[in-house]
Amino acid sequence: MLQEEEDLSLTIAQIVQKLKGSRLYAQLERQAWVSLQKPEIKLETLKEDIKEFFRITGWEKKLHNAVYSELTVFPLPRHPAAPPEHLKEPLVYMRKAQGSWEKRILKSLNSMCTELSIPLARKRPVVEQKELLNKWNEMGTDEPDLSLFRPVYAPKDFLEVLINLRNPNYENGEHLNFKTHLGLIQVPLKVKYISELKEFFVELSLNTGQLGIDDATQVPPELFENEHVRLGQKVLAEQDSAAAQQYIRQGSPTALRAELWALILNVSNQPEDLLYYEQLKSNVIQHDLLVDSLIYKDVKLTASNDDYYFVFEDYLYQVLLCFSRDTAVLGHFAYNSASPPKSYIRGKLGMEDYAVFYPPNGVIPFHGFSMYVAPLCFLYHEPSKLYQIFREMYVRFFFRLHSISSHHSGIVSLCLLFETLLQTHLPQLFYHLREIGAQPLRISFKWMVRAFSGYLATDQLLLLWDRILGYNSLEILAVLRPRVA
Amino acid sequence: MGGGRGRGRKRAPALLRQRDAQAGEGRGGHFQAGWGGPQKSGRRCNVQTEESMFEDSWCAKSERAGPESMYPIQVHSPEYSYGCPPPQAWLGRSERLTRKNYMVKNLKRFRKQLEREVGKLEAAKCDFFPKTFELPSDYHLFVEEFRKTPGITWIMKPVARSQGKGIFLFRKLKDIMDWRKDVGRSDDQKDDIPVENYVAQRYIENPYLIGGRKFDLRVYVLVMSYIPLRAWLYRDGFVRFSNTRFTLSSIDDHYVHLTNVAVQKTSPDYDPEKGCKWMIQRFRQYLTSKHGPEMVETLFRDMDNIFIKSLQSVQKVIISDKHCFELYGYDILIDQDLKPWLLEVNASPSLAASSQEDYQLKTCLLEDTLHIVDMEASTHRAAHGSVEGKACLLRLYRRKQAYGSRLAWLTGKEKRVGGFDLMWNDGPVSREEEGIDTAGTGNFVANTHLGCNNDRKKQLRQLFCSFHSQKKVTS
Repeated sequence: MLQEEEDLSLTIAQIVQKLKGSRLYAQLERQAWVSLQKPEIKLETLKEDIKEFFRITGWEKKLHNAVYSELTVFPLPRHPAAPPEHLKEPLVYMRKAQGSWEKRILKSLNSMCTELSIPLARKRPVVEQKELLNKWNEMGTDEPDLSLFRPVYAPKDFLEVLINLRNPNYENGEHLNFKTHLGLIQVPLKVKYISELKEFFVELSLNTGQLGIDDATQVPPELFENEHVRLGQKVLAEQDSAAAQQYIRQGSPTALRAELWALILNVSNQPEDLLYYEQLKSNVIQHDLLVDSLIYKDVKLTASNDDYYFVFEDYLYQVLLCFSRDTAVLGHFAYNSASPPKSYIRGKLGMEDYAVFYPPNGVIPFHGFSMYVAPLCFLYHEPSKLYQIFREMYVRFFFRLHSISSHHSGIVSLCLLFETLLQTHLPQLFYHLREIGAQPLRISFKWMVRAFSGYLATDQLLLLWDRILGYNSLEILAVLRPRVA
Repeated sequence: MGGGRGRGRKRAPALLRQRDAQAGEGRGGHFQAGWGGPQKSGRRCNVQTEESMFEDSWCAKSERAGPESMYPIQVHSPEYSYGCPPPQAWLGRSERLTRKNYMVKNLKRFRKQLEREVGKLEAAKCDFFPKTFELPSDYHLFVEEFRKTPGITWIMKPVARSQGKGIFLFRKLKDIMDWRKDVGRSDDQKDDIPVENYVAQRYIENPYLIGGRKFDLRVYVLVMSYIPLRAWLYRDGFVRFSNTRFTLSSIDDHYVHLTNVAVQKTSPDYDPEKGCKWMIQRFRQYLTSKHGPEMVETLFRDMDNIFIKSLQSVQKVIISDKHCFELYGYDILIDQDLKPWLLEVNASPSLAASSQEDYQLKTCLLEDTLHIVDMEASTHRAAHGSVEGKACLLRLYRRKQAYGSRLAWLTGKEKRVGGFDLMWNDGPVSREEEGIDTAGTGNFVANTHLGCNNDRKKQLRQLFCSFHSQKKVTS
């Protein structure tokens, strides 16, 4: 009991600490001062009156939402003596594997750099800056010569690394025995059973209405759809993050989706956000990074060739280029098993004083990275809002899809969950695929790394991502894959 | 040409004569099927039906025919050829709707009539056609209008061409001065050979943009008869994007302004793999998530209005024949205020497919067209046809047969057949079931589902099953 209380107060203290630095705190303070002018506020009951004032004017709700949003990414309570690496990834062998994977990526990037003799970063000449500024809204029309660039890695390379993961404490032996997993992933992680999944995803059960199924033309709208839409509008009127997250588990109506997602991710388009985006934009214009060319190449290869997303090419550049300059993203490495790569000023290798993170946000894009952004273009049309939503989605969910960790939403667990489900419930299919030499994971891995973007029709994809937001977990992806298979 | 039944053979007007020359032999019959690649370079043939055998036949000759290139078929079954109108009147059929100058004239006349008979409000519903002037005949009127609003952009389109050929934009009168000189000369000629007429139309400068690109919609409307007017609207359609970002600064860049696929295909960065098309469902969802369902409903209702009014305006001039039908491709442009504008109506919309999805759409469209046309089962021979063309037709026919009927199984009371919804049946068609009096409550919802879910296979199966069960009952 005491321990729990201690943990709770620790959590509260940490969240308060974090929020104190945010602009919401400043706004609340300002509002409190303003409220002193009001006649309802009396000196004797100052605290209660101000609280009441906050409640009426909706500021309390905003605070609720901010706290809720912090809690979703807050780490689980852990042993007080554990070092910070444990927050990133508790299992040592996983950390090691991630470390060596990162070294490989960096090596590949550096070798491309030396081969093409392009600096990792350079300042743009003024003429070029002006040109880029003019072309900012139509960067897709640019046709730079990207033939020599290749993506740093593709999902299949990553899959090979995952297949070779081994827990040194777990004796599998060289030969196949009954403990060997039939699938590709050979790591003994705990994944949910079907019964646990059923409990977890209780809102997706057959007797609960779902958008996407129960709003089909044959079903009269009075049965489910109308009520659900009304409920959605009510949730939006209340501006309650937690309620929205609960609501969206049954799918979101098309017209309300953009606002619901913004509410759940606690993204609002304040002037400060616009300014921040403009700042990032000017960073892009002033400096040219090697990573930019990788982004260009990726967009041209993937999104531009997609039947539905080719239209949004320009938005993708605007978002991704700014994303790579955003140092705020570095914050998520506290709970990501990956670490941002460091680069040293020429000649000062090894000296920490001269190290910078490269790229500034620490994320090196791989083949297919731009597909994370593409479906969002359907919902958001101002670049700054689109950017914020993407950033939130990335630091909450997408980063787990391409880093090695034992987290239950991490890609390794998702793969294992997929294979286990397939083996348990569709054993004949699994066996048949193995026999013909097509391990099911090889087929469906790339679907999962991209969170099905580009592989599912947009409306269905957005419904799927509704559930990801609703359950705050990527496990739905692993559950969907056997259904698709 | 002509009824071929001893009617006085009138001298067919020049346009038709031109076609005859191309066609080589064959006269009589009243169908045409164009075949060929996307450039529509097929020949049009007319086939003898003298002795007739009541059989449908159409000819297929193509340079690059293949299963993917199918063409619009305007079939006037020869069994009814007896009553078919002579070629001049035939000329007066779809041309009234599809030639841009005729379209404008008819709409203006219809608008005046509505204003007289019903009122200004109803007449205002006809304002979906941008201000157009026929040149050279209305040149002075055009100049007057031009001078009234200086600085705006106008677009010049040849009346009878397609695929974006011959179109250009201009802002100054001097751009068309040279063109005028040529015209002055030919005024004296009273030849039947039609001079290439142009229309000058006000260019819509604030089109709705998606991803910075301009686009237009292609929607399919099937008209079974004009008097009484019976029209069906297909649920699917597509949105054609221009390949480059929209800007008013470069009006010479065709690739920016013209969205025809034919023009885009020649654009330097056209990639046939990616195509520049969206299905209308996706477009409808995009708009709903951006503007909300009510505004989108209004937009689609306005589009329905365009279809109906445009057909009504030519109702009296087109010689109606119960045994003829026509499939039109409507081109609609949407501006920033979500107002739809009619660009043009195509009598023979291209049915060449640029992608798998496109192919799906067009094959289903044709299949459903044939269902509705309800062709009698008889041998279909392709005369003058290439082997692939024949095979393609047979495949179409067999697919129709797959639904099992060789008899007319459409009772004529259906409001939906596959992907087609009955839009107008001598009056608006309501989504509600018959018998429920919705007119009184004012909650009339039109029976159109453009951009909505198209579960046509299911619907066709239901239709067929109900027919079958009816048969069992009666027999």
